[in-house]
Amino acid sequence: MLPSKQRLFQERPAYFSKTMFLLCASGDLVKVFSTSTEECVHVLEGHTGQVTGVILNPTNHLQVYSCSADGTIRLWDFIDGILIKIFVCGWPIFSIYTQVSKSVFVSPENFQLVALHLPKVPEQEVEAREMSAVLCNISSNPGSTAMGRGGEYVASVMGRQLTVYFFKKLKTYRFSLKATDKKGAKNAFTCVACHPKDDCIATGHEDGKIRLWRNFNQKKEYTYSTQHWHHDAVGTLCFTTEGMHLLSGGVESVLVQWHCEEVNKKDFLPRLGGAISHICVSPDGQMYSTSHLDNKINIIHCSLKLSAVIQGLVKGNIWTDLMIDPRTRALVMNGRPGHLQFYSLQQDKQLYSLDIVQQEYINQEGLDQFEVMRAAFSVGGTWLATVEERGRCTSDLESSLKLWVYNEKAQSFELNTTITAAHQDRIMHMCFSPSTETTMLVTTAWDNQFKVWLLGLDSDTQKEHASWSCDYVGSYHGLQPTNCCFSSDGSLLAVSFKEVVTIWSSDTWELLTTLCQPPGPIRELCFGRLSCSKYLLGTTAKNLFCWNLLTCSLEWSTPMDVCLLRSDPLSENVVAFSLHSGNTDLFVFRPSEPRPLFTQKAVCGGKVQRCVFSPREEPLDSCDERFQWLNRSRLYFLTELMVPLLVDDSVAVTPFYLLLGKHRQQQEEKQNSGVSQAADRVQPPQASVAIKELLHTPAHVLPAASFLCSMFVNSLLISNTGKGKEPAEQVEESEKEEDDSEEEMETHDYEQEVRTQGSVEEAPPLLSKAEEKELRRVRKTDFSWVTNLASS
Amino acid sequence: MASFKPVKVQTIPKLGERVTEDTLYWKNYKAPVQIKEFAAVTKIEFSPLPPHNYVVTASTRIQVYGPHSLEPVRTFTRFHDAAYGGSFRGDGKLLVAGSEEGLIRLFDTGGRVALRQFTGHSKAVHVTSFLSDGYRVLSGSDDLSSRVWDVASGTELNSYTEHTDYIRAAAASKLNPDLYVTGSYDHTVKLFDVRVGGSVMTMQHGHPVESVLLYPSEALLVSTGGRYVKVWDLLKGGQQLVSLKNHHKTVTCACLSTTDNKLLTGSLDRHVKVYNSSYKVVHNFDYATSILSLAVAPDDKVIAVGMTNGVLSVRHRKHTEEKQEVLGKRRRNPAYRVFIKGKNYVPKQDDFLVSKTVKQHLQKHDRQLKCFQVSKALDTALEIWRRFHKPEVTVAVMTELNRRGTLKNALAGRDEQSLTTLLNFLIKYVLTLLNVALMIRLGDSPVIERLLQRLMELLGREAELQQELLQVLGILDTLFASLTPRKEVTGPAVPPIMQGSQLQAA
Repeated sequence: MLPSKQRLFQERPAYFSKTMFLLCASGDLVKVFSTSTEECVHVLEGHTGQVTGVILNPTNHLQVYSCSADGTIRLWDFIDGILIKIFVCGWPIFSIYTQVSKSVFVSPENFQLVALHLPKVPEQEVEAREMSAVLCNISSNPGSTAMGRGGEYVASVMGRQLTVYFFKKLKTYRFSLKATDKKGAKNAFTCVACHPKDDCIATGHEDGKIRLWRNFNQKKEYTYSTQHWHHDAVGTLCFTTEGMHLLSGGVESVLVQWHCEEVNKKDFLPRLGGAISHICVSPDGQMYSTSHLDNKINIIHCSLKLSAVIQGLVKGNIWTDLMIDPRTRALVMNGRPGHLQFYSLQQDKQLYSLDIVQQEYINQEGLDQFEVMRAAFSVGGTWLATVEERGRCTSDLESSLKLWVYNEKAQSFELNTTITAAHQDRIMHMCFSPSTETTMLVTTAWDNQFKVWLLGLDSDTQKEHASWSCDYVGSYHGLQPTNCCFSSDGSLLAVSFKEVVTIWSSDTWELLTTLCQPPGPIRELCFGRLSCSKYLLGTTAKNLFCWNLLTCSLEWSTPMDVCLLRSDPLSENVVAFSLHSGNTDLFVFRPSEPRPLFTQKAVCGGKVQRCVFSPREEPLDSCDERFQWLNRSRLYFLTELMVPLLVDDSVAVTPFYLLLGKHRQQQEEKQNSGVSQAADRVQPPQASVAIKELLHTPAHVLPAASFLCSMFVNSLLISNTGKGKEPAEQVEESEKEEDDSEEEMETHDYEQEVRTQGSVEEAPPLLSKAEEKELRRVRKTDFSWVTNLASS
Repeated sequence: MASFKPVKVQTIPKLGERVTEDTLYWKNYKAPVQIKEFAAVTKIEFSPLPPHNYVVTASTRIQVYGPHSLEPVRTFTRFHDAAYGGSFRGDGKLLVAGSEEGLIRLFDTGGRVALRQFTGHSKAVHVTSFLSDGYRVLSGSDDLSSRVWDVASGTELNSYTEHTDYIRAAAASKLNPDLYVTGSYDHTVKLFDVRVGGSVMTMQHGHPVESVLLYPSEALLVSTGGRYVKVWDLLKGGQQLVSLKNHHKTVTCACLSTTDNKLLTGSLDRHVKVYNSSYKVVHNFDYATSILSLAVAPDDKVIAVGMTNGVLSVRHRKHTEEKQEVLGKRRRNPAYRVFIKGKNYVPKQDDFLVSKTVKQHLQKHDRQLKCFQVSKALDTALEIWRRFHKPEVTVAVMTELNRRGTLKNALAGRDEQSLTTLLNFLIKYVLTLLNVALMIRLGDSPVIERLLQRLMELLGREAELQQELLQVLGILDTLFASLTPRKEVTGPAVPPIMQGSQLQAA
């Protein structure tokens, strides 16, 4: 249920239409944004592979072509969000360029530029096989190919060679540069742009130079002039609509506007965000847009004023835990460098980005800059603690612990205390005390100490300013502390030191007891909640232990390689991810009993790195016992690749699952082979006994269909956990299914379902009350006619 | 588009005392004026009436000083032996003092000759005081008795010998003319009621009592003796409220300030300490020698301290007018309305609003850093004024250059002079402010070499100091470890370890 599983914006993302709308490819969707409100107006769904290019129809500005890795080109009416035509090409398409004369140029597999003639036929789905190769062996980067003035020629760069192909003359000119010039600059091309009105080609180079080529329709007398401003490779180039200006951008994140008439004059717009990956200009030249590697699109007025920002989920390196802000219920994790992003999962939108480091970020590779490494929220969300570090690779580590307080008036976090070098070494883990009376933070670090920080009001300085100070420093036999965890009432603190778990009283900081279960160091620690608060869970590389703190003895243990352990803050449930032969298994259990409530084998491939429980707005009342653990909160997790942010939302089974299971598998295999998509596969979970019976017994042994019908509908009613995208549609389809199983319609529906899901699990329809009534009505109606049908 | 973030200047919190309103108040005194007396100053008391003259008892003399004069206004030299405990009557017109011979003399502040002479004590009288009705005088003596005398007739009215050692402290109640408190070397403080004819309350101070003091509300009583200052609640039957041990020698005197009734104590350890209402030390005055007597003028204008070497040290409060003068000298800033001019105009409905971007004001070094002019930024940071007055800014710029990885570029191609200033700066602040290893590439020059050697020396010394500190820390750790009682760790931790070791053995 998380579309931002894919990067929100792809490489050639933004295309304007009449400055009102901005189109961009996002995963296998095309999104239409309004430039004034920054809202997503339409989502064009239909592609089954990653959308690689979006381009306006040159003959009709209300239509747009999109190409995808699934080998189709689709024509859309993006104002209403309607699919007009599908052209099946058969090859994965990596980029698309158009020309006024009816043919579309695409660069399909093994990076050839081919001209594709789109046939004019009234049918919606058309085979377009009529293609002719234009250029072979072009660069995979779509920015390294550009169409020239009115489609007369096409320019493409690869390595140190510029190739220009004239369509009318059917002639190719190649211009190459020496590997290095006198000063040893790198001359390789990175991108190309063609002047819309003039015969002029601009090329960007790896050393930051921009060359303007003219007279390139001759072999020898070509000329070029060189401009240099960028200190690193030029990322992208773009001419404005009238050709007055040339826009360039790169790693520096500065939009440079070059004046074509006056060569030395240029304007800058600095500090736009991450590295600029693409620039585009609206057809009337009023708006520019820059897309950045940190999943962001800036919409800029042509007078170089920022007018709007569309920001997706930033996916960089994630060092912090996944957290849920208790106040906004937003997902909190590393965002832009030195920032924490607050991302609303409900609205699928970034709420805001909190600047933690508060230093100018230098866009330069290889610089060791401060990064947010740890973060923790207090229970009410009033306090936020962050740790930033620099010098991780070298020996001189600089770190500081910052404590932020939520300001109701400003509606944001404000810095309260900065503690530089809180520990002598890296801080490994920290947690707030859940008790409401004291505000307390515990940090554990590699310097063999854990420290307790307390918020204290200063009585002497009669100011109302409360600041944090160290209250207690604890250590245990010079061992390195790894994890710390407070019990649910905040009276006990558990700190793990290698193999030993130490329990401390948070009032007096006395060591109450130690628990030890060798061999192997403790990886994770976790207290039980609510009725299970007397249990403490710990994991090592081989075992999962549960201690009873009343008797100070081991309650139970089980051999299991748990890589992640989290407790649901709203219930007793604890979730454990265990790595087993390359796949991760999911276990849900209560600390009071060693039997799991729910297991799912191979939730995803690879190791799960982080997970978080996000409380639901209103608890569901699911009747299905297996999924009751998801009634109050959802579980989000993040795998090793850091790419997919998966949602394991109500892993329920609908009756159609088994029917369609095979088909879907095939579909997925296709997908996996076609695109290097990190889709994670799941074994189809077992359905209920009734459905198994229904589907596995031969038809002639089955009882009358009228009898089965009610059972069938019943089973539908039971699994109403979770939420589907179009519940109404779902119900309709389930009805249809009863009448005549329209296999095709169904498969189509399920494909969609799979994609929107993010994870491969099924989301059963969420039924509103009216719909439930409707279903009951359906159940009660006489289905004798079905029997007739069956018998006939 | 985010705006440029200026360099963060890290301010290091000042160690030591916190600056509070109390410390500011008590710091606001001029340098002390020293007046040499003939011998140790045993008692100072201010007249309750303006102009708040004060009486100083030292050796055989009793001298009255005016609040601003360094010469005594009046001197009483009628004593053959040491005089003690000169104190004013409530109207400031009469003065009473005891003496080593056992005599008590009563003077008119205008006259010179003793008006009355009370005889009866067989030993030295160290404390004398008027009772609050002004017609009676109380005295405490080394003959273990405290007596009440009638001023009019010069006769003894009462005599109580309840103490078992010298009486060296006494205080009369200001609200009730029949009550007074005495403190004695027998470790007790007694409250006497003349109407009852004996003591009504006894408090155990635990040490020889050097002085007693009643709060103006007379609910609280302060007694000093030994290293302790103790505060007693009289309304709760003499319950001890608090016991303070802030001096490391005998506390000899105590007094109260008039504003907020802050307690001041003076001790033989040469300190006067000021306590706030929750009895925490908020300020500390240092003196050259041991302090015997201490008094604060009723309007806190003057603090007078008497010491064992016969020096009377008088501190005057700084005048508020002087401060105003300083303020007047400062350049006047533009008025508030200049800044808000036109800013509070609300646009009307059909106005066309042209918004102007607010220009971000940046410091000079920030402006240069924004333009990546690293060498210039370092020059700016090393400007004389900034280097001397805001060294933390210089350090912050250096740290920022290091973070950007351009420190080498900024230092490249410098001449001897600029390198000398840089190195001098480093030598000055390397131990206090810098915490970053700054890499320096330098040319050859004897001056620079010498400075570098000094820098090396300093760093070596600092390293040695750190090592010593670590050693001390180790010693302290062992001390603390031996102090904390050993506690048995309970729990089932032992068997698994045993198993583990067995396994290892196997």
